[in-house]
Order: sequence, then C-alpha cells, then structure tokens
Amino acid sequence: MIAIINYGLGNLHAFANMLKDIGAPHHITGDAADIATASHLILPGVGHFDHAMARLKASGLHPVLQQRVLDEGIPILGICVGMQMLADGSAEGEMPGLGWIPGEVIRFPDTVGNQQLPVPHMGWNDVMPVAGAPLFKTVPENPRFYFLHSYHFRCADAADIMAESEYGLRFPCAVRRANVFGVQFHPEKSHGFGRDLLADFASLGR
Amino acid sequence: MLHPRIIPVLLVHQGGLYKTRRFADPVYIGDPINAVRIFNEKEVDELMVVDIDASTEGRAPDYALIAGLAAECRMPMAYGGGVTCAEQVQRITHLGVEKVAVSSAALADPSLLAEASASVGAQSLVAVLDVKRLGNDWQVFTHNGSRAAGLGVAEAARRMVAAGAGEIVVNNIDRDGEMAGYDLDLARHVRAAVSVPLTLLGGAGKREHITDLFRAVGIVGAAAGSMFVFKGSLRGVLISYPDRARKDQMAKAALSPAFSG
Repeated sequence: MIAIINYGLGNLHAFANMLKDIGAPHHITGDAADIATASHLILPGVGHFDHAMARLKASGLHPVLQQRVLDEGIPILGICVGMQMLADGSAEGEMPGLGWIPGEVIRFPDTVGNQQLPVPHMGWNDVMPVAGAPLFKTVPENPRFYFLHSYHFRCADAADIMAESEYGLRFPCAVRRANVFGVQFHPEKSHGFGRDLLADFASLGR
Repeated sequence: MLHPRIIPVLLVHQGGLYKTRRFADPVYIGDPINAVRIFNEKEVDELMVVDIDASTEGRAPDYALIAGLAAECRMPMAYGGGVTCAEQVQRITHLGVEKVAVSSAALADPSLLAEASASVGAQSLVAVLDVKRLGNDWQVFTHNGSRAAGLGVAEAARRMVAAGAGEIVVNNIDRDGEMAGYDLDLARHVRAAVSVPLTLLGGAGKREHITDLFRAVGIVGAAAGSMFVFKGSLRGVLISYPDRARKDQMAKAALSPAFSG
C-alpha cells in the first residue's frame, strides 16, 4: 500500500488519480499508524519551504517517517517542495530540511549572461535521466515533465543526481540516495510520462 | 529545453461551458467536466478555467465546481473567478489546483498577492489583466470588462509582480473570440515590462497565430478559447488541440535560429 502523506499540503487527489489509473493500491493519509504499515511513501509539497516544513513538523509525522525511511529503508518519493524538503535547507526559508539527501535548495538566477530568465520556471521541460535511473525504467526516451518552481536542488554529492534538466543552467530535477527519491517536476500532472514514472516508483521492491 | 505552453481556456457561466466574443454574447459549448476529459485525452500543456460570473455577481468561488474539475484534470490547471482573499487561494490550491488567478481584488489591493504568496508561493499565483486598447496604450479593466481600473497594462503588470504574482496573463478584450490573431505589439509591450512567465489570451484562431506569438516574444504561454472549441467559419462546437509532434513543429518553426529571421 502506497501512503500519500497528508499533512495539509499539496495536490493529494492528483496522485490518487494517477495511482488509480495504474492500479497501484494507495491511500491518502495523515495517520501515523497507516504510515507505519505502508510499503511506499509519497511526500507531496507545494508553496513556501518554511510553510511546508512547519506543516510537516506540526503533523507529528516526522518521527514515524524518520523510522520508516531511515531505519527500515522503504522507498519515499518527495515531489516538488517535497523533494526540496529532503535537502539540508533552502534559501527560501530559515528552517532546516529533513537532511536525507545532502544539498541545498537555491533560487534560479534572474539573468543568465545578459538574458533575462523568467522565474518561476513554469511549463514542460525536457528531462535527462542518468543511465539506469530506477524511476525512468519504463519512461519513454526524451521525456518531458511539467515544472512549476522558483527554487532548485543543488546536490552536495553528484552521485545523488538521478536526472537533470536545463533552465538557464543545468540543475538536478530528480535525486536519489538509496531508498530516498525526489523529483522537482509534477509526475501527477505530466500525462503518460508521469504515469510511467509513478508506476516505476510503485514497482520498486517488487 | 523549456517548451512554450499552449493553453485552452474554458469559461464557466451558469454552470455550463460558454465562449464569448469581446466579453459578450456567450455561446454554449457543453459540460465543463466533459471538456476536461477530452482535454485530458489530448494531453494539453495546461488548462485554465475561469468562472466569469463570480466577480460580477460578487460571490465566492464555487468550490464544489472547482473540486470536481480538479479531480478530473490530469494536467496542470489554473482557476480564476471571484478570488478575493488569501484564504480562498489556499483553499483552492488544496482542492488540487496548481495555479490560482486573481484579477479585480488584487488590482484593488495588491497585498492579497503578498499574503497568498507567503503560503502557496509565487509560482502558484497568476494575475490576470483584462485589457482594451485606448489610444496608444492598453488599459486594464475589471468585472468582466465593465470597469476601468485606471491603469496601463505595463504598470499594472509590474505592480502585480512586485506584490507577488508568479505569472501574468494578459487577456485582450478587443480580440476575445475574434480569431484573427494575437495583438503582437501588446505581447511585446508586456514582455518588456516584466520578467515572470507571461501568457497571452485573446485572438488566436489558427496555429499560425500561435507561432506568430512565439516568434514575437519567445517562450510564453499561448492561451485560446475559441480556437480549441470551434471548428470552421460557422463555429460549430468541436474540441481540438494540436498533438505533441505538431506542437514541437510549431515551437521549432517559431523559435529555432534557423527559422527566425
């Protein structure tokens, strides 16, 4: 059972719809008991970094997440700000992140060379996965995903980068360290590409 | 590479889907949920839904309608209509809507954007500017084009961005439903004024109009109503949308150096 973590943020029903389409058992839950028995976790997130971290702390779910992810090693997928929360911290806020994938979250530059770079980065962009990236196993070649963000991940260890994208600069748009996964884009809003990626996540460990 | 966005815009009026001409004469198109399902199958880049009654009737957004649309929508969705405070913005994003559009209320009091942006983030806040050409400038109107805001479009766009909007949608009332092309001067004028993502609405009638827009201002959102819901000169209702290969062709024709001139 995939638990879509409900801590009062993000488009939870969109994930449920996609998982329903691919036939993966799932539920939306903010209950520690459900998370304690889940096989996979999805950590959505939208909005301001500190707002998201504060909501997660206030939900009281941090300890059970810590236990399932770090001690028991079940797969977790952070999405958008949910991915950024995996970092040590973000330039958008003051609060520390979960620190599960070493790195920082920084803002896109407003200019590149003498060119203006419209921020937020909004729309469909090409995604370049590294060879053998587990979440891109069944995703077609030259995939594109929907992005909507002003801040991006910067990995401390390049080995944690699972895919990159280019917007003014190359940045990690998907990260992975062992069982901890994050994607900056929105698979739940990326049509067939997103469906395949979520199906790959759902089949981890099977 | 970031791809330009091609965005169908659906207008909700009295619970149904309608298309207007110059903000008047609404023609019934069909059922909103049905339209969303068809656009899902066509894998559209983004969808924008605007409740054109809410602000004029002075009522709050129809949350049941929004929740129903969001539940069907497999693509990013923006909702606009009747949003007057930050709590409403938050509530709508929780229903599963990526972006919330504000217009009249944000023009009257830009602090709405600052407050909303602190929780949902600027990337989820769209400021819609309805404009009409007056002399050498484009003036902003609110309440379905019935009230002049007393602001030029460039100044209004700058104010909205300074207050916290992450995207500007410029809706050209003069060209609404006319299907004779975007006002490219307007597009260039607003592009030069702000650096956030920009979407133009009003005027598109065929694919060439969209490539003309990309050629004029680069990677922006090209939004259209009539073009995606009408077919032929008699305006028979038929939902259509270019497939991925066609969209790539359009972007390439407009944006690649070999084709520009």
